Amino acid sequence: MSAVVAEHDDHHDHHEHGPAKGLLRWVITTNHKDIGTLYLLFALTMFFVGGAMAMVIRAELFEPGMQFVNPQFFNSMTTMHALVMVFGAVMPAFVGLANWMIPMMIGAPDMALPRMNNMSFWLLVAGVLLLASTLFMEGGAPASGWTLYPPLVLQTGKALPFAIFSVHLLGISSIMGAINIIATIFNMRAPGMTLMKMPMFVWTWLITAFLLIAIMPVFAGAVTMLLTDKFFNTSFFDAAGGGDPVLYQHIFWFFGHPEVYVMILPTFGVASTIIPVFARKPLFGYSSMVYATASIAFLSFIVWAHHMFTVGMPIAGELYFMYATMLIAIPTGVKVFNWTATMWKGSMTFETPMLFSIAFVVLFTMGGFTGLMMSVAPVDFQYHDTYFIVAHFHYTLVPASVFILMAAGYFWLPKWTGHMYDERIGRLHFWLSVVSVNILFFPQHFLGLAGMPRRIPDYAVQFADWNMISSIGGFIFGASQLLFLYIVIDTIKGGTGEKVTDEVWEDAAKHSLEWTLPSPPPYHSFTTPPTVIPTEHI
Amino acid sequence: MKKTKQLFAGLILMALGLGTAQAEYTLNLMRGVTKVSNDVYDLHMLILWICVFIGIGVFGTMFYSIYHHRKSRGHKAEQFHENTTVEIIWTIIPTLILIGMAIPATKAMIELDDVQESEMSIKVTGHQWKWEYEYLDNGIHFFSSLDEASNKVRQVGSGIDPRSVPHYLLNVDKPLVIPTKKKIRFVFTSADVIHSWWVPDLGWKKDTNPGFINESWTSVDEPGTYRGQCTELCGKDHGFMPIVVIAMNEPDYNAWVEQQKAAIAAEAGSASKQWTNEELIAKGKSVYDTNCSSCHMADGAGLSGTFPAITASKVVTGDINAQVKLMLDGKGMMPAFGKILSPVDFAAVVTYTRNGLGNSVGDSIQPSAIQTLQSATPAAGKSE
Repeated sequence: MSAVVAEHDDHHDHHEHGPAKGLLRWVITTNHKDIGTLYLLFALTMFFVGGAMAMVIRAELFEPGMQFVNPQFFNSMTTMHALVMVFGAVMPAFVGLANWMIPMMIGAPDMALPRMNNMSFWLLVAGVLLLASTLFMEGGAPASGWTLYPPLVLQTGKALPFAIFSVHLLGISSIMGAINIIATIFNMRAPGMTLMKMPMFVWTWLITAFLLIAIMPVFAGAVTMLLTDKFFNTSFFDAAGGGDPVLYQHIFWFFGHPEVYVMILPTFGVASTIIPVFARKPLFGYSSMVYATASIAFLSFIVWAHHMFTVGMPIAGELYFMYATMLIAIPTGVKVFNWTATMWKGSMTFETPMLFSIAFVVLFTMGGFTGLMMSVAPVDFQYHDTYFIVAHFHYTLVPASVFILMAAGYFWLPKWTGHMYDERIGRLHFWLSVVSVNILFFPQHFLGLAGMPRRIPDYAVQFADWNMISSIGGFIFGASQLLFLYIVIDTIKGGTGEKVTDEVWEDAAKHSLEWTLPSPPPYHSFTTPPTVIPTEHI
Repeated sequence: MKKTKQLFAGLILMALGLGTAQAEYTLNLMRGVTKVSNDVYDLHMLILWICVFIGIGVFGTMFYSIYHHRKSRGHKAEQFHENTTVEIIWTIIPTLILIGMAIPATKAMIELDDVQESEMSIKVTGHQWKWEYEYLDNGIHFFSSLDEASNKVRQVGSGIDPRSVPHYLLNVDKPLVIPTKKKIRFVFTSADVIHSWWVPDLGWKKDTNPGFINESWTSVDEPGTYRGQCTELCGKDHGFMPIVVIAMNEPDYNAWVEQQKAAIAAEAGSASKQWTNEELIAKGKSVYDTNCSSCHMADGAGLSGTFPAITASKVVTGDINAQVKLMLDGKGMMPAFGKILSPVDFAAVVTYTRNGLGNSVGDSIQPSAIQTLQSATPAAGKSE
């Protein structure tokens, strides 16, 4: 314990200032790298848990007819798959990256609030375990979709209050993580690291952290109203008592739309970090990237009802939310153009992180296109709640956020562990993933346009062929991710045996500070602030 | 396997070419059968082509760069990293494209929203898990549930091939019938949770919110049968409450209306007649399968923890009037069946539950008795 509380001490090579011994190290740690590791491993575990649920879904949808699960359990699976992936896998993975990278990128020894850092991780674990426990409760896990719309969600069995409390815990954890990130970025930058010299990953996380602080209390409020409607006779969402079920949807999506950007903005940040390194060129339009990110974050607060075009809004509302949503295409387009311009006339190599990043730019743009299509309210009257939507948001989450998380793993694993991963297996993992993810999700566009609603356990026979293809893609994609698990374990244990340099990648130190540290970096990153600030990325 | 290969080829063609395959039913939005649905389709195609066009530009540039500007080809990196002119251009051009899209989109939106000057109105009420239709102009009123054949096949592990059922999961016991070439206003509401009423050929969907009314309209040009489904997750049988709309020419529609009115009269007559136990039990079984089996299960075993069993249930084997009262008023998730079932169906299903599904109480109740109890229970009045 003394090792941990003494971390402000400058003599970091003194033996007392390393990590605590044994398993307890991971419980009591306040070190940003240990906590980052915990977050990343937890996220990876949840990625497989949520993935297993997706496999149940795709297995049931492999053929028409009900083969494996009953419809109620199927609905629980779609609900839990979403909640686990969003709150258990993607968000924690990015918090893990933030923990590992932000102090190293801004030249700080650690996060600003290390004890709170530990608490926010363990609250996350508690929240997710509480959520998972609902699977074993009478009446089953929540089965109303991750949006938890009333009145349907109020029909949940014993699980409802547990799921709501779990949301509260996850919210507190996220807010604490966000406060920590903001405090770190505002207070612990090395001298000379002005805001407009920060790496894009730090910028995107700074903006994301503000989003989180703004929205998590809103979500907590919405679910608390569900709780009081169910158990304390209020009627926020019940017309019989003067409430309105649609009110919930407005509150939820006021949280929910920024929430999806919480998952995509750090993704942009990592892509803007990786692409310049492998193009051997500075990022094109650094300041416009910063402004575009901020614009997207701002717009995310004023477009929420585009998730509700069919709910019955006045025409003025429909038109306003349509126009506002269309505007998002502009800053998002700027980002895609900038990434393309960064590659243009570069000197590119295609190691696994770059492969995943390029796939991200292409496939995220596909998700962006379908997003633009559904921003058009009258056409969304056809797309809404069909597989077209399922295809859209999976394109923006799986080959976008998840691919970039993979890219980040390959990019920084050598820095974190001091070992090189096996490039051949990395590329195999990439090619299997990129092909199968398209077999999995591209046909879902066709299904949706042809009229297949989402969240159904069984379907009319004209949808059979594409569902089977989609399921096959899903199984290949799921199995391919085991390769990533193998690579992570293998690299931690020594990888190729090749000794990696401090820079790892050619000239990486010109782009960001973490590459000036040894690989693996010391337990406390920068005990004295760095004197030279890299500006290649600007 | 061969079929799968063909589909893969189609997928690749689609990814590369787009043009050839886009008119296929299974790949693209349907044109539909109304003016609105055609406008929506045209708008969809316009934006799709804009996206394809931008995609070719962006991805083309990127792949050119990936091929030519690689280190292995000896390309040296240039170090430019800013160009304000370019940045302004690629902000302005998308803005102009968006304005170009917003104009037709606004027109279509206003058209969709205009329910004025309709010639007739139909009230649609969503229930877990069936639709209720009420013709506000002539009093025709009925429920529409998944057809019996689909319902049998869709039970977990039924082992029956869904391909053996025509229109599997897209067929109902009683379709909605509408006249062609008339502007029909729909009003939507729900008896329990939020549902959403979608027939793709009409070009829109609308949510049904409990306690609130939504409106929409259609005017179908061609007679035909148009199928759709509930599109808002509404519980376990969300996937099993399809919609079938039959559009008929005016004379055919009028004949159908007359036939419905005659059936209502006949129903009223049969309620006053004396039924035998066997008649009630036989009728009760089909009523049970349509209305009760999705929760209480086809064999009456219920679903532990959520839906109570009928077999050996204290209510069903107890006082018959208490059972009728509970069913008339509903309880928790169980809807008030006094509003849903006719007296004949009601009496039949009560008698069936007491003498089937493993129960053998031996008594029965007549439709006329149900009517008496119904009028004595104010809560079980007609849903208005």
